[in-house]
Amino acid sequence: MINDIWILATASLVAAACALVGVFLILRRQALMGDAISHSVLLGIVLAYLITDSRALPIMLGGAVIIGLLTAWLSDTLNRVGKLQNDASIGIVFTLFFAIGVILVSLYAGQIDLDQECVLYGEIAFIPFDTLHIGGGKNLDDGFEIGPRAFWAIAVVFIIVLISIIVAFNRLQTVAFHPKLALSLGINIVFWHYFLMTLVSMTTVASFDAVGAILVVALLVIPASSAYLIAKSLKAMLWSAVAYSQASVAIGYTLAYQLDSSISASIAVSAGILLCLTVALLEIKKQRQRATATAQ
Amino acid sequence: MEGFSLFPPPSFWENWLHFWRFEDMNVLWVLMGSVLLGMSASVIGGFAFLRKRALIGDALAHAALPGVMMAFLLFQTRDPLIIFIGALCSSFLGFFLIDWLPKNTKIKADAALAITLSFFFAIGLMLLSFIQGMDVNNKSGLDKILFGQAAAMTEGDIKLLGYVTIFILITVVLFFQKFRLIAFNQAYARTLGIAVNRYELLLALLIVMSVVVGLQLVGVVLMAAILLTPIAAARYWSNQLAHILIIASLLGALSALISTQISYLAPAMPTGPWMVVSLSVLFILSLLFAPQKGLIKQHLNYKRLRQKVAEENILRTLYKLHERHQFSRHHFTQADIQSFRSMPSSCLQSTLKKLNRQGLVQSSSQGTTLTQAGLKKATQLTRRHRLWENYLNEQAQLSPEQVHQHAERIEHILTDAQEVQLQQELRNSQQDPHGNQIPGATLSKEGGGKN
Amino acid sequence: MTNTHSKKFPPLSVNNLSMRYHHKPVLTDVSFEIPEGKTIAIVGPNGAGKSTLLKGIMGLEPIMDGEARFFGEPLTHKRLAIAYVPQREEIDWDFPINVFDVVLMGRHGQLKLWQRPSAIDREIAQHALEDLGMWDYKDRQISELSGGQQQRVFLARALAQKASLYLMDEPFAGVDVSTEKTIIELFKTLKAQGKTIICVHHDLNTVGEYFDWIIFINARLIAAGPVHTVLTKENLNKTYGGRLSLLNDLTETMYRTQLNKAHDQE
Repeated sequence: MINDIWILATASLVAAACALVGVFLILRRQALMGDAISHSVLLGIVLAYLITDSRALPIMLGGAVIIGLLTAWLSDTLNRVGKLQNDASIGIVFTLFFAIGVILVSLYAGQIDLDQECVLYGEIAFIPFDTLHIGGGKNLDDGFEIGPRAFWAIAVVFIIVLISIIVAFNRLQTVAFHPKLALSLGINIVFWHYFLMTLVSMTTVASFDAVGAILVVALLVIPASSAYLIAKSLKAMLWSAVAYSQASVAIGYTLAYQLDSSISASIAVSAGILLCLTVALLEIKKQRQRATATAQ
Repeated sequence: MEGFSLFPPPSFWENWLHFWRFEDMNVLWVLMGSVLLGMSASVIGGFAFLRKRALIGDALAHAALPGVMMAFLLFQTRDPLIIFIGALCSSFLGFFLIDWLPKNTKIKADAALAITLSFFFAIGLMLLSFIQGMDVNNKSGLDKILFGQAAAMTEGDIKLLGYVTIFILITVVLFFQKFRLIAFNQAYARTLGIAVNRYELLLALLIVMSVVVGLQLVGVVLMAAILLTPIAAARYWSNQLAHILIIASLLGALSALISTQISYLAPAMPTGPWMVVSLSVLFILSLLFAPQKGLIKQHLNYKRLRQKVAEENILRTLYKLHERHQFSRHHFTQADIQSFRSMPSSCLQSTLKKLNRQGLVQSSSQGTTLTQAGLKKATQLTRRHRLWENYLNEQAQLSPEQVHQHAERIEHILTDAQEVQLQQELRNSQQDPHGNQIPGATLSKEGGGKN
Repeated sequence: MTNTHSKKFPPLSVNNLSMRYHHKPVLTDVSFEIPEGKTIAIVGPNGAGKSTLLKGIMGLEPIMDGEARFFGEPLTHKRLAIAYVPQREEIDWDFPINVFDVVLMGRHGQLKLWQRPSAIDREIAQHALEDLGMWDYKDRQISELSGGQQQRVFLARALAQKASLYLMDEPFAGVDVSTEKTIIELFKTLKAQGKTIICVHHDLNTVGEYFDWIIFINARLIAAGPVHTVLTKENLNKTYGGRLSLLNDLTETMYRTQLNKAHDQE
């Protein structure tokens, strides 16, 4: 029972953090960058672990942010220097990073607590067994248990994301709305681009344990896209993206329970179903309006 | 693979020899299949790339996953053809969704791609986890299509792979002209009365087919790279589409060869990631070393140009010094040159050395002087500089203060023909806007007998 | 809002400005100065580099050579004294934002990262909207407006910035008659306050009526000056006639070979 609560709490924080960051990815038309970074982050995690032999949160976050920013920067450079289309340069960089990550995972499968499966799905069902302890020194079982590692990781990142958005709301809005206009107001758009990429990297790495490297893309883009369809202001979009993401967690968890399927995949599927429903409702509304317009 | 070491164990070489002796017929078949796949995917990816849909392969490969799982669930078989058809259907569904979303909702094209990709993939994974919880036979190899496993392919898989890739290659060759026209300019193709929609659909079908058939080998997650990276690399080697496509298919084949081998030598290794890594290495090599567009070649060109500019600038400075002394004094010191044109002494000395070697100047204890050939070249440069100043002044209405800097650069790239054209277009080719004489003697014959 | 030094320096001076798109030269060696408190039109055929000129001046697109100075100072010192109105096509109208928030954006440049718009900022934004007759629409999402209304919102945004120089990219393109009148009224008010307005303008029929000054552009500067002196048949012919092919070709070769960079490093 207590395990279910930890799983649900972790899943809903993951979904909420992804939804918030995803809103800006959608508005800035960088959904593919989100796709790319979530793949590359695998390499960051593996390298950070192999180099430092530690799974401490700051190290994982650091590795992921470095690789995430490197992905963004390399894609941009390849686009400029190699004169490649934007999406092509993104594709080349992230597939390479992800491939190296997978190879390292299979080479050191015995040493890293990772396998190809959890790269894909994450292992949210096992999250409650990997807990953090306060005090107690080297022996892990000593000290006071404060809950799953993955929960605290995403909790920290969620708070960082939330504070960033609250503090920098105006800047983020202006930069997303019209970068050139932001530039004409003296706002450093390059800084804010990489700032957003940093948030994406941190969110994906903190979500990694729970949902893996690829399903996180679904949580980044799908609730935010649903919100994009209905929201009339940025604040409304942020709120409704979070609402969509929480609904997906609730539905997905039930679905997984009923079908005995992967929890993370079910959550992502629910998010997709909610988007389909939203699109369908909007289409029906559009048809009705058209019908009344012709009737008049 | 515990304790990966730099030097492979002896059994590695035995296995390697075993691989290349084709003692196992299956090896040969897999090898041929993967080479064919590498070729067809690269070629068809080339058209996707030209249509500015470089990442379509990524989305379609992910979109195939639920089809595979659905087909298995419904028919409880791993017959390659049934799986293939299932994957084809769901991949096509994904293709239409990617098209439909941006056209009918506010959702933008990039988001539509990411949505389709992740949604379909999630459905596929959900079904896969569902199947793994079920009590059915031969479900064990299903998850291999996520990262690809050449060694796990069955004879049926390989046969299908062969048929489909050959079909794709033949179709591309047959319709090459039409595909090229549509990729180049769709609207123009339409005005020529080509049924663009039909060919677009055919192209889509080919893309979907090559993605789906490659899943066993490369895997869902990294299929994107097989369509994208070869063409991106090949583009640095040529400007002609036919050549680019051939090079791309060779690169694809080569990477398939490498990765299939690795998959046999280390059976725990997934094939897809190795194929991507070898393709990426080929891409980086192309980016650096390609003969015309490679970065190294470009850098060399640039350095050569800088050298030329430095040399010509000194020649022209010497000419101006001559002019200042009414061509009566012939030897000038480095300080004289530097008083006209500020440049570091080390650079000046090395450039003078090069000019000496070319016989354009002669340096002695008295200083530097222009040789006959050097004077001719310097005169030509000065003439071009001043003609261009005149042109800017007369035709572009730029003031004499503005024209100098532009002419400083253009003098290095004016051709003979352009020089003649300039002389003909200008009413005044005697003096530049600053009142300096334009030296014209050597070229006035071509200039139409002015002077 | 009065600058003590603005008597000495023109609101905008452009010196030897060159810009390119990939390797193609778009503008070559453009230089001009404009007087304060006038309305100025940038006129030229399609693809002449009018919008590019505006963007280069605003630092939105890279400049190859030359510089723009505002009141004698570089852009970074004077950023907030210059308001820019982008072309209507360049804006993402699906963006979830309402009219009032767009106008309030004009005030963000003055605010620190953590600051929220104050009551004064809101009042300024309200006045700007009222001046353009758009206050009633303040809660609409921007995609729910007509073309003319959308243009007014962006003019209000520029107005809220309280700038002394306004750069507008085709404000009259595709707007209705009443919006056109409103814009003209706005020009008059701004001029009365001593502000300067530069617009990219397409319509040769109205240019003499709406503007005090004209800058003729076609890949290079053709002429710049008061309407009555430069609006001549000769200048029009030069502007709408062909380009200088030699200038065009050689400048392109220069960019392609990176000669300009090679030369500057010597």
